[in-house]
Amino acid sequence: MAKAELPLHAPGTQIDKGYIGQSVPRPNAQRLLQGRGAFTDDLRFPRLAHAAFFRSPYAHARIKKLDFSKALTAEGVIGVFDGRAVAEYCTPWVAVLAHLKGIKSPEQHAIAIERACWQGEPVAAVVAESRTQAEDACALVEAEWEELPVVVDMEESLKGKTVIHPEFQDNICFKREHDTGGVDEAFGSADLVVEDTFHFGRHTGVCLEGRAILADYNAGEHSLTVYHATQAPHMMQDIFSRHLNIPEANVRVIAKDIGGAFGIKVHVYPDEMATAALSVMLRRPVKFVADRLESFLSDIHAREHRVKVKLGVKKTGDIVAFELDDLTAIGPYSVYPRTSGIEGNQVVNLTGGPYKHQKYRAKMHVVFTNKNVTCQYRAVGHPIAVALTEGIVDLAAQKLGMDPAEFRRKNLIPDDAYPYTFPSGIKFEQLSHHKALDLLLKVMDYRALREEQSRLRKQSVYRGIGLAAMIEVTNPSPAFYGVGGARISAQDGATLRLEPTGMLTVLCSVTEQGQGTEAVFAQIAASAVGVSLEKVKVITGDTGVTPYGGGTWASRGAGIGGEAVLQAGRALRNNILEVAAKVLNADRAELDILNNEVVNKLTLESKVPLGELGRIAYFRPDTLPIDFQSELTVTRHYTPRQYGFTFTNGIQASYVEVDTDTGFVKLLKHWCVEDSGTVINPMLVDEQIRGGIVQGIGAALYEECLYSPEGQLLNGNMADYLVPMSGEMPDIVCAHIETPTKQSQLGAKGVGEAGTAGAPGAVMNAVNDALAPFGARVTAMPFTPERVLQALKKV
Amino acid sequence: MEHFVEATLTVNGNPVRRRIAARVHLIDFLREELGLTGSHLGCEHGVCGACTVRVNGQIVRGCLMLAVQADGCTVETIEGLSDSKELGSLQKAFHEHNALQCGFCTPGMLMAAQDLLNSSSKGSKITREKIRTHISGNYCRCTGYQAIVDAIEEVINGKG
Repeated sequence: MAKAELPLHAPGTQIDKGYIGQSVPRPNAQRLLQGRGAFTDDLRFPRLAHAAFFRSPYAHARIKKLDFSKALTAEGVIGVFDGRAVAEYCTPWVAVLAHLKGIKSPEQHAIAIERACWQGEPVAAVVAESRTQAEDACALVEAEWEELPVVVDMEESLKGKTVIHPEFQDNICFKREHDTGGVDEAFGSADLVVEDTFHFGRHTGVCLEGRAILADYNAGEHSLTVYHATQAPHMMQDIFSRHLNIPEANVRVIAKDIGGAFGIKVHVYPDEMATAALSVMLRRPVKFVADRLESFLSDIHAREHRVKVKLGVKKTGDIVAFELDDLTAIGPYSVYPRTSGIEGNQVVNLTGGPYKHQKYRAKMHVVFTNKNVTCQYRAVGHPIAVALTEGIVDLAAQKLGMDPAEFRRKNLIPDDAYPYTFPSGIKFEQLSHHKALDLLLKVMDYRALREEQSRLRKQSVYRGIGLAAMIEVTNPSPAFYGVGGARISAQDGATLRLEPTGMLTVLCSVTEQGQGTEAVFAQIAASAVGVSLEKVKVITGDTGVTPYGGGTWASRGAGIGGEAVLQAGRALRNNILEVAAKVLNADRAELDILNNEVVNKLTLESKVPLGELGRIAYFRPDTLPIDFQSELTVTRHYTPRQYGFTFTNGIQASYVEVDTDTGFVKLLKHWCVEDSGTVINPMLVDEQIRGGIVQGIGAALYEECLYSPEGQLLNGNMADYLVPMSGEMPDIVCAHIETPTKQSQLGAKGVGEAGTAGAPGAVMNAVNDALAPFGARVTAMPFTPERVLQALKKV
Repeated sequence: MEHFVEATLTVNGNPVRRRIAARVHLIDFLREELGLTGSHLGCEHGVCGACTVRVNGQIVRGCLMLAVQADGCTVETIEGLSDSKELGSLQKAFHEHNALQCGFCTPGMLMAAQDLLNSSSKGSKITREKIRTHISGNYCRCTGYQAIVDAIEEVINGKG
């Protein structure tokens, strides 16, 4: 086997990794820096019409009458449509998956028919020559409503006195129970049982670019081209095709630059489906961009969990059992097509995940409410599972008088215990909790920090150190969605083409939202083929040109798409060498590719530049043997299959200072050690982690969608809904352990969600560590000054 | 009836004369009327900073200023300051530090950073805290800000 065919992580082999592992800047960042990006709202089309939506002002109400007469006569208006009109072109959907047994959700239309179930649900669509005119006309839509009983509290929803959907007997969308058996006995054997209840606020993604779609229906060929800020173009192609009844091959989804996504832009939104339908109805391009206020009302929200957790532990510090009771509210509909059952399901799967106890019991309810819908948002379930696991672990350590780091060292699954099956049923290929803990304590200088903390306490400065160990789902197999019947690809594909000048074009089904997908694919392709980085051009986000694939979600882009690129690159390298052997009349085995040239493998003497090889292969194939055809375009696909998920592990630490007079939490520093397998571009990986941590800090300290008892969103704007800004954020130190997955030759695991998964738990533990001298404790995120002062019994 | 006002302004060095609806804010005018789509609309209520442009040398939120208020003014956008190379050092440092991910906030962020650069006296060191404070009106959801601070610090303090 030639070295270029061995896994990058092959033991005992010195593999030339080329650009893999190097912090090269992203080539595609240059245009963004000059304001030359192509975000959906930047595109200009002839005959473009603009959609705006008249949305329900009530959380739950019957639509008695809609009167469009005034709106229809407003300047520039092209049409005004209600739910029935749009439903003639766009079929409704039901978001359930077969592997989430018993999950139920009502049929959902693009535009509500008869009844609106949350404040902000689209009730009518106005299309006009300009967005301004469409919004003006929206204000002229007249509606008569009959208010219906509203369910906003999830405990009330679970009790089911008022049932939101008349076709159901209760408000339960999904429930799950899990029991290893022997849990009561294990708790009976424990020397200490600790219990607590944690609350996780409902928050949302706040992508700086609002959701955006420009649908362009061509009646002449019954085709639909959709410029869409989406993470999953092929999934959307399938959905537009099926729900608008247009043949799949006639639907092309193009995702150009996307201004942040984080899971917000991987779902089916009623207003976006309506926009596509409007383009078909009006036979012209129609654009919709969610403005900031309607983003708060209609982008998916996430979290909103109330979790009771119980942990049994021996005097020695050994955890013997975990028990969990999770309740989460998702709004009136499960979100299509991924469902809103996944986050709670993840909490059940992942709670207690880093530790070696064997007994575990969980129950979880997902209930409907009359608030905006919730669904998968960056780190899906992980921030909850990590925070409540690490919160209860710290409580146990505190009660036993053990140092939290030592308590973790005692209980973390040993690094030599893999492969390992966790009591929830999930399987770990190879994790490195102990190495990660050791490295973390070293980089943060844990002991010195503890000394500083105790010294400052004597001066009434209250600082806290919080640790959060974690596991994370990455590189999901078809077990995530496909097995449940969702038409969401678990495989991805890459096409590599050697151009006549020796340049390399890479087309991949994984998309780019700024995380650096295209840069890492360029690094992998250049390394696999043997060209320099500036020779590579990467194209993503277009179902019309890339191979078929899942796109970007669940920390899968680099691990799955990257492996497809690597495989295609290696195959193309072979094909190039086949051509070279013919051109040079040499033995294929003596040739290799290095720095844009075919070289002698042993002497590294240049034989033929790739530009010359390309010229011959494309323009003078007559000079090659008559029975030889060059193949300088190669496509490969990859699906992770050996494990349901390629788990990663990591550990974070937060250092905070709590002002016990004002309740403000000052973030002093944050550390993260992450094992994401092969690191392709350290700079980009660290950026992913840092950005993720800051998003997690937002959840811990600032962000919450607040609703009134009537189901009205009270803070749906950026002045009242607080997001992390630079002034409050700490510097963040990242370090890595590299345990490549052996499932792929690349060995990369995912990293995009790790920061968000661990940060809230680390910050919570740090705040509680700071509050410990007062016997105070916070467990409801976000930890606002008010909540901190309440814990201190000062308000 | 919509009220229109005739306005004359200089945009990226070019004279522009238009009849502008009085209610149109500057950023919509730049994007929709002049096709300068480099400045972005993030919140339209003055919080996120994505629409930051320069008017008469001062950075302003393009969503909080009416286009007609720019009558007689000099307006500079990311397109103009890229072509003039004024932003060149920051753009290079942002690229090398990966101080952007999705790039949606970046034009506004660069405007804010250049403003700090222009107002700092040569040779004086600026703290990371000062940089963080100066860009605190520019929301970035992707990076966590650290690389942005690194890039600005490198340019301002001449580490590069």
